[in-house]
Amino acid sequence: MDLEYQLIIPEFVMAGLAVVVIAAALMFRQVDQKWFGYFTAAGLAVIAIVTAVAYWNTNDDFGTVLAVDHFTVLFRVFFLGIAFFTVMAAVQFAGDRLKNHAEFYGLIVFATLGMMLLAASRELLTAYLSLELLSFSFYILVGFNKLNPFSNEGSLKYMLLGAFSSALMLYGISLIYGVTGTTTYSAIGPDVVEGTRNIADQLASFAGGSGGVDPDATRPGLLIGLVLITAGLGFKVSAVPFHQWTPDAYQGAPLPITAFLSAGGKAAAFAFFLRLFSEAFLPAAAEWVWFVGILAAVTMIVGNLMALQQTNFKRLMAYSSISQVGYLLVGIVALNAADIGQSQDAASALVLHLIGYVTTNIAVFAAIIAFYNRTGRDDIIDLRGLAERQPFLAFSIAAALFSLAGMPLFAGFATKFIIFQAAFNNGFLWLGAIGVTVSFVSLYYYLMVIKQMYLYEPEGSDRARFHVSRPLAGALVVLVAGVLFIGLYPTPLFDVIHSSTEGLFEQAAALSASVVGN
Amino acid sequence: MDAGEALLLLVLIPGAAMLLTILVPSRHANVVRWIALIATTATLIDSIWIFAVYDFAQGGYQFDLQYPWIENIGFLGENGISLHLAVDGIAAPMVLLNGLVGFAGVLVSWKITHRVKDFFILFMALFTGVYGVYIGQDLFFWFFAYELAVLPMYLLIVIWGSTNKEYGAMKLTMVLVGGSVLIFVGIFAVFAEAGAGTFDMAVLRDIEFGRGFANTFFPFFMIGCGVLAGLFPFHTWSPDGHVAAPTAVSMLHAGVLMKLGAFGVIRLGMEILPAGTDFWMPVLLVLGGVAAVYGAISAIHQTDLKFVIGYSSVSHMGFVLMGLGTMNNIGVNGAVLQMFSHGVMTALFFAMVGGLYDQAHTRDIRVFGGLVRKMPLFVIFFGIAGLTSLGLPGLSGFVAEFHIFVGTIDTFPLFAALGILSAALTAIYVLRLMGRAALGPFNPRWDNLKELTRWEIAAAIVLIAPIIAMGIWPDPFIDRIAPTVAELPGVDQIGGLFTLSSLTGR
Repeated sequence: MDLEYQLIIPEFVMAGLAVVVIAAALMFRQVDQKWFGYFTAAGLAVIAIVTAVAYWNTNDDFGTVLAVDHFTVLFRVFFLGIAFFTVMAAVQFAGDRLKNHAEFYGLIVFATLGMMLLAASRELLTAYLSLELLSFSFYILVGFNKLNPFSNEGSLKYMLLGAFSSALMLYGISLIYGVTGTTTYSAIGPDVVEGTRNIADQLASFAGGSGGVDPDATRPGLLIGLVLITAGLGFKVSAVPFHQWTPDAYQGAPLPITAFLSAGGKAAAFAFFLRLFSEAFLPAAAEWVWFVGILAAVTMIVGNLMALQQTNFKRLMAYSSISQVGYLLVGIVALNAADIGQSQDAASALVLHLIGYVTTNIAVFAAIIAFYNRTGRDDIIDLRGLAERQPFLAFSIAAALFSLAGMPLFAGFATKFIIFQAAFNNGFLWLGAIGVTVSFVSLYYYLMVIKQMYLYEPEGSDRARFHVSRPLAGALVVLVAGVLFIGLYPTPLFDVIHSSTEGLFEQAAALSASVVGN
Repeated sequence: MDAGEALLLLVLIPGAAMLLTILVPSRHANVVRWIALIATTATLIDSIWIFAVYDFAQGGYQFDLQYPWIENIGFLGENGISLHLAVDGIAAPMVLLNGLVGFAGVLVSWKITHRVKDFFILFMALFTGVYGVYIGQDLFFWFFAYELAVLPMYLLIVIWGSTNKEYGAMKLTMVLVGGSVLIFVGIFAVFAEAGAGTFDMAVLRDIEFGRGFANTFFPFFMIGCGVLAGLFPFHTWSPDGHVAAPTAVSMLHAGVLMKLGAFGVIRLGMEILPAGTDFWMPVLLVLGGVAAVYGAISAIHQTDLKFVIGYSSVSHMGFVLMGLGTMNNIGVNGAVLQMFSHGVMTALFFAMVGGLYDQAHTRDIRVFGGLVRKMPLFVIFFGIAGLTSLGLPGLSGFVAEFHIFVGTIDTFPLFAALGILSAALTAIYVLRLMGRAALGPFNPRWDNLKELTRWEIAAAIVLIAPIIAMGIWPDPFIDRIAPTVAELPGVDQIGGLFTLSSLTGR
């Protein structure tokens, strides 16, 4: 079989970059460790730019396991961007508080590689392996601060539950393989349609009163497989009730990794979620849409309510990110088997909200990292008087939190507007209404943070103004500008996203045409 | 009239001023102040021009300007979300009102010294948002602007406020954002039901929504927007918020922000879902009437000057809602007139109270006395505001309230009586306040009080001018408002185009 290896050059280069960074640290022991960070960041930036330029017009398959289409390229660049900003934010932090920097950056690169493969996967086992590459890198990264008991606890919890969720997902995959005889998305899709049709025939024959035709044996197996995969993914994206590990892992992990986990980890899992559900399972949408809907509702509600009582900023952001997962799941619920146009809108809305959320979240964390570099504290109450000590950081955090709450001017308003719109359009008025209502609850706890920064005077022994290192400040300016840009004029981004989600539904469109033809 | 760029300037100027202010280092406080003053002067001139040039013979929406924003993607059709601006005869006076109050607000904020830069950034954001609501013709941008107007309130109150500010600010924000949740859901319901793939109000106005749908979703707009207008029983945030807020913010808040609520009921409720008005407008009228009386009675009992004015705002906004609830042209005319009149009047009130509080550091009515000896101009300005509030003929309050009562008598005579009763109650608290604090025996504790600063005097004059102008010559306002109100769907015409001007035999 002819495999076009040039399609996955960026992935090879990423693996190379990780190895080079780790090896370089062994060779150049005298070099200031921060240069490994900047070298990694530069490498990521170059790969991102080259990938964007060279692959944008590609639309090809690597065997049947990987697709390199607009969707893949968009997410490649997106993940590289996430990793770039994480590394930029991490350099000073790592220098002050971590050892073995090169491994730290190398693992970030490996995790990013896993994300890139995950978004491209069109085959369940490939996707599973990519997800594991991602997860294993994260298990180590969360526990990277090995002398800190919180870091250890978080890592252990994350790893145990992660392994459990992987097992669930594997079991689901095996069931699906058992009933369909294949693990490629493109082959599962028609089988799901076949199953749906069998059910329809069966119902028709019952209604007609004639004897039963061949009972459709594939349905329960597929459905159970689907539920198990959803549960496994639920762990990965930390949807309620699979969210228990999240606050501990977020709190224990070194701050840049918390940022990376909440941004990159979620984005990758959703890229997988979206591709799987739109390419393979879309025809059965009527079967799964209700339980994903309930999952979304519960996640939004619990995430926001739990966030209300947090005192630690990292835990607050953990619950806040759980609630954001709820909003993102709304985008999955808005997929509709009968209406491909609606499905594509929903997918685009989901990706748009994902990009808005990730940009905002990295901005929050970049600012908090800058604050932590100076103070070494991360409770909400420690932010007191930040507006006096470092107005730019306070402004960035306030802007980003308002964005997360979905307030206008900022990304969250426009993207939530569009994602809820997709749900409303698909007939899920109740889900949208819950979403809007809990967004309003979320404003309360974000305001509590903002209040600490702006209302009170600085306390404690260290009240002086301080400076933020230039690379970090630069990254933060770019991120906040991005948050504002998405909030004010999302059209260009949406156009790009919309063209990238088109490929996800080509097969479903063809299938539904054939169903109608029958 | 097709000069929509003038409308665009209304949001661009303060928006640009906001960005410019962000770039100014915070130690240059005076630069920041001058930027704000220049920006608000420019928007005031622009507002006056728009009000003057609005062609009332033609009526309807003018200054139409539309730029596509997000369109032709999936659920959004042509002009799905567009930057669509226009004003009608109701919005034109409101634009003028915002220009006046914003300008005066900057003048009285001149003496703020704590974090001047941050203050004016937020002030400009609020100011931009209010303009956006008045001129927006696209539901996406309308809601965007609405939130933009509400959101900065929290920080403005929490940082620069006084008296229980944390509580007041959080309560205000939570209640108002709670209201906007309802609006948000309502907007989506309308969008989905219309199925036109657009948030453009001009299109949605032409779509006829079923009675059942309209009856279900009208209260989302009525209550969601009504909360901001101090709709009983969701009004309690308003006095608390007013008291906690700094002077200029109280002015904008009571002067223009609360009007956004009533304006929203007209724009979203009456114009887009007219089928729901039959059922819900009487409810609005009753709640408005209750608020009018209840607010007035509460005001009588208050000892804090700002609480008095805060409850008086609830009472006066109750008149506005009553006027809207009549659903006849005179009542609705009166409501819009009252929105304008109360806007400038209450802004004047708060400007004066701020001027006093900054020197005296108390607002307790009981400790003041004979202020006229030390601050004669203060007493004169405060008196004008008070007399407007109780509806003295010759000032704007009379014109507005007269319309409302005439309109109400025609539909609900009982509530007209209630309204007139509460106007009488207003007289009690206003006159008592004047008698005790301004006149009365002089309290020697206040020997050191000085007259208002020149900035405050300038602000007061800017606000008093329209009060008197509207009081003695209301025609420019009525000419603009009446034809637009007459075209609102579902508004009864009592006696054709029957307005105060025709009543007085013009």
